Amino acid sequence: MEENHPRAHRRACLKLTLYLLAVWFTISFGAGILLRDWLDANFPSIGSAPFGFWMAQQGSIIGFVLILIIYACLMNRLDHEHGYSEER
Amino acid sequence: MSQDTLNFIFIGLSFALYIVIAVRSKAGSTKEYYTAGGGVSPLANGMATAADWMSAATFISMAGTVAISGYDASRFLMGWTGGFVLLTVLMVPYLRKFGKATVPDFIGDRYYSKLARGVAVVCAIFICMTYIMGQMRGVGVVFSQLFGISIPFGVMIGAAIVFAYAGVGGMKGITYTQVAQYCVMAFAYTIPAVYIAMAMTGHVFPQFGLIGDYTASEPIVPFLQKLNNINLELGFQEYTSGKMSTINMFCITAALMCGTAGLPHVIVRFFTVKNVRSVRRSAAWTLSFIAVIYLTAPTIGAFSRVNLIEKLHDTSYTEAPSWFTEFEATGQMAWVDKNGDGRIQYYGPAKSDAGTFSVFQGKSPVYPAYDAPEYQRIGTQGERLLASKSDDSNPNELWFGNDIMVMANPHMAGLPMWVIALLMAGCIAAALSTAAGLLLVLSTSISHDLMKKIIKPDLSDREEVNYARAASFVALGVAAYFGINPPSAFIAKTVAFAFGLAASSFFPTLLIGIFSTKMNKQGAISGMLAGISFTIGYIVYFQFLGGHDDHLLFGITPEGIGFVGMLINFAVAFTVKAFTADAPDYVQEMVAEIHIPSGAGEAKKQDFEI
Repeated sequence: MEENHPRAHRRACLKLTLYLLAVWFTISFGAGILLRDWLDANFPSIGSAPFGFWMAQQGSIIGFVLILIIYACLMNRLDHEHGYSEER
Repeated sequence: MSQDTLNFIFIGLSFALYIVIAVRSKAGSTKEYYTAGGGVSPLANGMATAADWMSAATFISMAGTVAISGYDASRFLMGWTGGFVLLTVLMVPYLRKFGKATVPDFIGDRYYSKLARGVAVVCAIFICMTYIMGQMRGVGVVFSQLFGISIPFGVMIGAAIVFAYAGVGGMKGITYTQVAQYCVMAFAYTIPAVYIAMAMTGHVFPQFGLIGDYTASEPIVPFLQKLNNINLELGFQEYTSGKMSTINMFCITAALMCGTAGLPHVIVRFFTVKNVRSVRRSAAWTLSFIAVIYLTAPTIGAFSRVNLIEKLHDTSYTEAPSWFTEFEATGQMAWVDKNGDGRIQYYGPAKSDAGTFSVFQGKSPVYPAYDAPEYQRIGTQGERLLASKSDDSNPNELWFGNDIMVMANPHMAGLPMWVIALLMAGCIAAALSTAAGLLLVLSTSISHDLMKKIIKPDLSDREEVNYARAASFVALGVAAYFGINPPSAFIAKTVAFAFGLAASSFFPTLLIGIFSTKMNKQGAISGMLAGISFTIGYIVYFQFLGGHDDHLLFGITPEGIGFVGMLINFAVAFTVKAFTADAPDYVQEMVAEIHIPSGAGEAKKQDFEI
């Protein structure tokens, strides 16, 4: 069991990282660039701003901050579960 | 009290604060010099990194870029903040665990090769040098405007201040100074935005104002619709839709993101906190602090565009607000009365057959010499005349630089004088904090990676710090020289270089180094060389050798080519690796080790008194 720790931990970390990067890609490249025209036309406006435009200039940045907060919390918890915590 | 006195007081007070902090937290050992002893709290490090990150150019020009290009400028907003996500989830926790003080150190050890280290050192020096030149220039310009001294003298004062606390205080001094600088910058940036949002939309938060209604005059319409109408009326692109092709937009954003994630001066910031856990927390703080400014920039851009056009378009020159003549005098705005009616007209490309809207020929205005006869300097309406020939293919008469949106914003909105003084202090804080951070990386690259690891391995630690101080002095001298004599056309183009280079060299090489245990030195080095030479070749061909736009690969401009260079780097690295032996066992163990987050707190580098 002890030997499997690093491997399982690494796989769990990688999985979390990839999930978060998928969100990262969707909100920036996806919503802000690739699908912008479609979103502008078909999604409800944020206030008076077209959805895609708002995502590109405001929404994606807010999303990035949330991603990093979630990353910090979940990764630190993951370390703890796998016995790598350094907190006293 | 006059504006100048107030500026002087604000800047003087902020300087006194920085110097006191730098002296109190002077570095006492090499470890403190390079990484502040590794004991900075995540919150403080977050603020310091945010200040380091926000350069003078970002602080002053970004809102202006958004104002001019609307949606298209989103590439910078997303590129620079999104890159930070990549940096955090893919790079810094692992590099922090590895525990060496610099990025070339990691590359040299991971790929067990002096050549790899050498390539990394050259890239790091080039990237930092490009950046620091622009910062010194920025400091010089602000100082010269403030105190009415010449720009060279302003640059020299700025250089002396940076050297005083970066060279002497090391990373520890810089970190705590940057915390103070971030606070100055954040207030200086947001307070004018709040004022102007209140005036135009009645919202306290500019972010709500942007998506709210325009209430300053009848009829009340959604603000962005108002902006779109103004833009279309004057012959510009609709503000909320861009004119760049989707693929180009995608590649530039990607290149900026990957380039950001490979910037050496930001990566080393995270060596200053205690352990991997704190690195992650610190990065979340950093991006929150950056977001305060990045979420405000697009609102300042949009508000001041409306304000500027309402105040100036179709106004006669003699009735124009007084700040217009002030900025004319400093060469940040210019008016050429093409139709001779004495009124300022501002029109976009759709108003001319040629599809242009440049006011004069050339990129920036050229003025007659000070001793030229008066009729060459002052026009019939009292306006400042240009020496540049006017561009008569279109009716647009008003020119303004990108930095005008932030600098003139308080004037346009009629804000109190102390806000303007605070803004000046903020500009200088932005330039100094970035310059100091860069200078430290630059001097470490030279003293540690170049002198100690490559040229003279028997260097003692004490000598190493002395080399670092000497190197920062020399680097600052070179940067100041280019700040005084800017290769002007060159600087703008080298920004594409810096990001392209970081995206095509550091980012992929670090990424493979961290996540692939088996990658060997042959693969990494050939990947790096292929990526760099492709990117540099492309940029040089289109920026300096006059390559025609028709030859662009898929219509990708040089700004975005770093992304393609990065893909080439990956492809070449894995192809070469497939035909050569795996990395030696001890390297593979080392890579496995950096994925284990605990144990980073131990000092890997010997610590001693200096």
